[in-house]
Amino acid sequence: MTIGSVPVRFRITVDGSRCMLCGRCVENCPYDVFRKESDTIHVNSRKCVACHRCIAMCPRDAISIKERPVDYRSHPVWTEEARESIYNQARTGKIILAGMGNAKPYPVIFDSLVLDACQVTNPSIDPLREPMELRTYIGKKPGRLEFRDDGDCQSLVTTLAPNLELATPIMVGHMSYGAISLNAQKSIAMAVRESGTFMGTGEGGLHPSLYPFQDHVIVQVASGRFGVDINYLERGAAIEIKIGQGAKPGIGGHLPGEKVCEDVSSTRMIPVGSDAISPAPHHDIYSIEDLKQLVRSLKEATEWKKPVFVKIAAVHNSAAIAAGIARSSADAVVIDGFRGGTGAAPRVFRDHVGIPIEAAVASVDAKLRSQGIRNEVSIIASGGIRESADVAKVIALGADAVYIGTAALVAMGCRVCGTCYRGLCPWGIATQRPDLVARLDPEVASRNVANLIHAWTLELSELMGAAGINSIESLRGNRDRLRGYLLDESIMRVLDVKPVGA
Amino acid sequence: MCGIIAVIDRAGCPMDGTKIRSALSMMDERGSGEGAGYAVYGAFPEFADYYAIHVFFDAVHESKAAVDRELGNWGTVVHEEEVPTYENRNIRKVHTPWRYFFKPDPSLMPRSETPEDDIVMHLVMKINTTIPGALVYASGKNVAIFKASGWPEDVADFYRIQDYSGYIWLAHNRYPTNTPGWWGGAHPFNLLGWSVVHNGEITSYGTNRRFIESYGYRCTMYTDTEVVAYLFDLLVRRHGLSPEMAVKALAPPFWDDIDRMDKKERTLYTAIRLAYGSAMMNGPFAIVVAQRDGIVGFTDRIKLRPLVCGTAGSRLYISSEEAAIRTMEPGLEEVFMPRAGEPVIGRLGK
Amino acid sequence: MTRVTIDAAGMHYTPLNRRIREAIGAGADEIVITGVMGQRFIADGVRGRGTIIIHGIPGGDLGMFMSGPTCIVYGNCDHAPGNTMDSGTIIIHGSAGDAVAHSMRGGRVFVRDNIGYRGGIHMKQYQDKCPVLVIGGEFRSFLGEYMAGGLILALGDPGKNSGRERGIGSGIHGGRIIIRGGPLDDRCLGVGATQRPLSGEGYRQIQPIIREFADVFSLDPDPLLRDRYTEIVPSSSRPFANKYTWE
Repeated sequence: MTIGSVPVRFRITVDGSRCMLCGRCVENCPYDVFRKESDTIHVNSRKCVACHRCIAMCPRDAISIKERPVDYRSHPVWTEEARESIYNQARTGKIILAGMGNAKPYPVIFDSLVLDACQVTNPSIDPLREPMELRTYIGKKPGRLEFRDDGDCQSLVTTLAPNLELATPIMVGHMSYGAISLNAQKSIAMAVRESGTFMGTGEGGLHPSLYPFQDHVIVQVASGRFGVDINYLERGAAIEIKIGQGAKPGIGGHLPGEKVCEDVSSTRMIPVGSDAISPAPHHDIYSIEDLKQLVRSLKEATEWKKPVFVKIAAVHNSAAIAAGIARSSADAVVIDGFRGGTGAAPRVFRDHVGIPIEAAVASVDAKLRSQGIRNEVSIIASGGIRESADVAKVIALGADAVYIGTAALVAMGCRVCGTCYRGLCPWGIATQRPDLVARLDPEVASRNVANLIHAWTLELSELMGAAGINSIESLRGNRDRLRGYLLDESIMRVLDVKPVGA
Repeated sequence: MCGIIAVIDRAGCPMDGTKIRSALSMMDERGSGEGAGYAVYGAFPEFADYYAIHVFFDAVHESKAAVDRELGNWGTVVHEEEVPTYENRNIRKVHTPWRYFFKPDPSLMPRSETPEDDIVMHLVMKINTTIPGALVYASGKNVAIFKASGWPEDVADFYRIQDYSGYIWLAHNRYPTNTPGWWGGAHPFNLLGWSVVHNGEITSYGTNRRFIESYGYRCTMYTDTEVVAYLFDLLVRRHGLSPEMAVKALAPPFWDDIDRMDKKERTLYTAIRLAYGSAMMNGPFAIVVAQRDGIVGFTDRIKLRPLVCGTAGSRLYISSEEAAIRTMEPGLEEVFMPRAGEPVIGRLGK
Repeated sequence: MTRVTIDAAGMHYTPLNRRIREAIGAGADEIVITGVMGQRFIADGVRGRGTIIIHGIPGGDLGMFMSGPTCIVYGNCDHAPGNTMDSGTIIIHGSAGDAVAHSMRGGRVFVRDNIGYRGGIHMKQYQDKCPVLVIGGEFRSFLGEYMAGGLILALGDPGKNSGRERGIGSGIHGGRIIIRGGPLDDRCLGVGATQRPLSGEGYRQIQPIIREFADVFSLDPDPLLRDRYTEIVPSSSRPFANKYTWE
């Protein structure tokens, strides 16, 4: 008892005057916070993770949750988090596992960038009544075209590389079956098909129930090679090599055996109950020329019909790495910023390794342009895209499209409690427990995700229209339409944007 | 990053550059067309005793006078010429390669045990850090370096390396990531007698660089490989380690292996790791280092990059791929892959 | 029997693979490729049956994602033959580089001589698919690293393979590594690996594989069949289960 109990994180109270003892909170909480005894609801606040399932399900608004009801003595250096981590590790001697994205209060660059709009000198465009093009192609573009003179006309000699055609520059990123439930994957699949865009499988293979959506699915090849065979590669609309992830650059993944149920085992092609360990590196990639070899092996296996993407975590040297990727025959580079989500990551990585997506996209775009190879690859930005304005800003910084992850999950009910690693997601998203998975109805959830993509797409159109732009190409890399508001000069140099007023 | 191949004829018989060009081109899949280069030992028999100082000039009329003046301050240039080049569709002459054959005046560095080498090293660092538009990319005796941005075959043709012969050749096909492809960043890197080709990335570069700069070296090529040449110069020439021992300093045994050694060896390797901990190279690498009397090839301690060796008569080949060696030498007698961190050494006359 | 002959001298791997696919599609039983020198990805993602006979030195990733065919190589291979292979057979009359049979999920890779580092890394099995890697000569460190399933059988001279390598079966959580002779010095084993003498049952299981290996390379199986074997298996199916504490 050297350390003793630390203060509860959340204090739950049930207002007896409102509660009608329906017991929905008891049924809905997989963390066993609530217990009904005769005519009282008893609570164990210490078990609460603030997933808000009880709040959402309580018909009488009887439940309230207060965060940190007991404060530590405040201290600017020895924060609550610092102290609690020490207590935790002093007890266990283990690495602290956390969920979702970076939780340190680093400033968000997006929030210090403002967008432009037309006034007088050129007209803004009404996107509902005038043409507005958001169609985006992801893949290799020709650097220049070659023509043959056929008498009085010119015919095209250049052949186009395979590209994905997106109706909107918003895709849903890779969240594997295993990390999320099959119902969650199905919901996303239905939504992206309806929205004319794409989703990623993550490194969990492709469940047969997603085959009907395969033309909207990007299959992932990660270091564990789970579920990867020629059938899988050929089903995907594109293939993505995952090198790293923004939430945990430089380390591998580990799906614990208890999450490998019958179905997960079949798509990953590993026995039920066995750990699915994704090594930190691909063990056939220890160098850039090895990456080129994997890119080409995938193209060779699929007879050069599929675009191949390479996903890296945003790190110090992303720009140079992306330039290497652009020369590897890859068709797109995905950059995952340090706010990218995850089901589980060591906290020290989630919070301390990597760089923000805004700076990474800006430097990658600048590097590729300075080397004249921007057309060799598309840039897909991910990691902390929270709203349509972030989409507009990151495209203006140079991205072709974005992957959203957490935002899509939030659209399905996720409350960002960050406890995905427990496998008990009460929303049926980050869990494999059948009763919990059943809570997520793909018909409803897919509508929510499709609504979100639709709404952001509308907002993006409005933002573009206001800026007098009617085609997404004209926003891409258009940093003139951004201004930095109270950003320091060195960051503005990296972003290549002017300050407000300039 | 890259593909490498090296060959030594231990009997000292000269080989021209034809075959190594084919061997390096065979590994084009390992490169990106942004850099390639060759080193040849025994290239200048008529000036064998003079330092062959190679300089890339951005513009000869702007920077050459300053370089001439520096060299004049420290010794005598017995011959100089523009390196003959032959522009082709893929390589234009964006720098003018020049070579001086130089004899330093040892009396100008009286307190040094190797005054001539020290003068040349000083000159290389001085020119590269103070004369804009001039970059010394080679400074050894009887060794020629040919490098540029481009594919191996184009670089070979740009310099017509088939016109040169020597008993050691090193060649490198580059796929840069950390720095853009530029002429100075192409391998081989050379300082005095040392030439280095490297496949991989040195994750300890920042540490190695701070270490080597504290001994007066200046890293000016914007790439990690440069430090390897300097480390060999420091460890072997200035600190007197054998090439084998130098490799053991750069890719030392693991502590648990050291713990099992007998006392004498344990003390030796403990000392190596304590003294040269900052020289130890981390990350994936396969490296071949050449000097006047031999070559040494080695990989990182956990073998993250490939390295294959082959022998045929007096010739020892070291490369990233066996197919490249066989492209040069169809009749190999022996093929083997050295263990991680263990040097493969080919010495002249042995 | 239909046989197709391809002279690959100076040919890029893409047209070479196109020729292989065409031949297999046309029902060829045997495809003989001569003059191979460093071409990567031979038979990459190729499905179907048929035997591909390779004369020369193929480049990396021979038979990657391959599903069905047999590749017989008369020469040494570069790195990772059998990479993420699904089914089929690769027979190498020579040696191979690092990461042989990387992430292989089915089929067999037989190497007559030596292999480099990290042989059989992350091999895995599922249902009827159980990959087998057999090595006739020496192997290097990190054999069977991350191994999740399948069988690695090292038949080389026990004297040559012991002692100097490290990390054998490091992180192994499924499948097994069987080494002729042994036991190894415990320090050669990686994290989460443990060794024990091969059981009678295990011995009966490898006998047909040894016979086939010997038959393929025209070796005398008897000395191999007579020798002792050591089995390296996971010390727990969850070697890294206790690494983390919740936030």
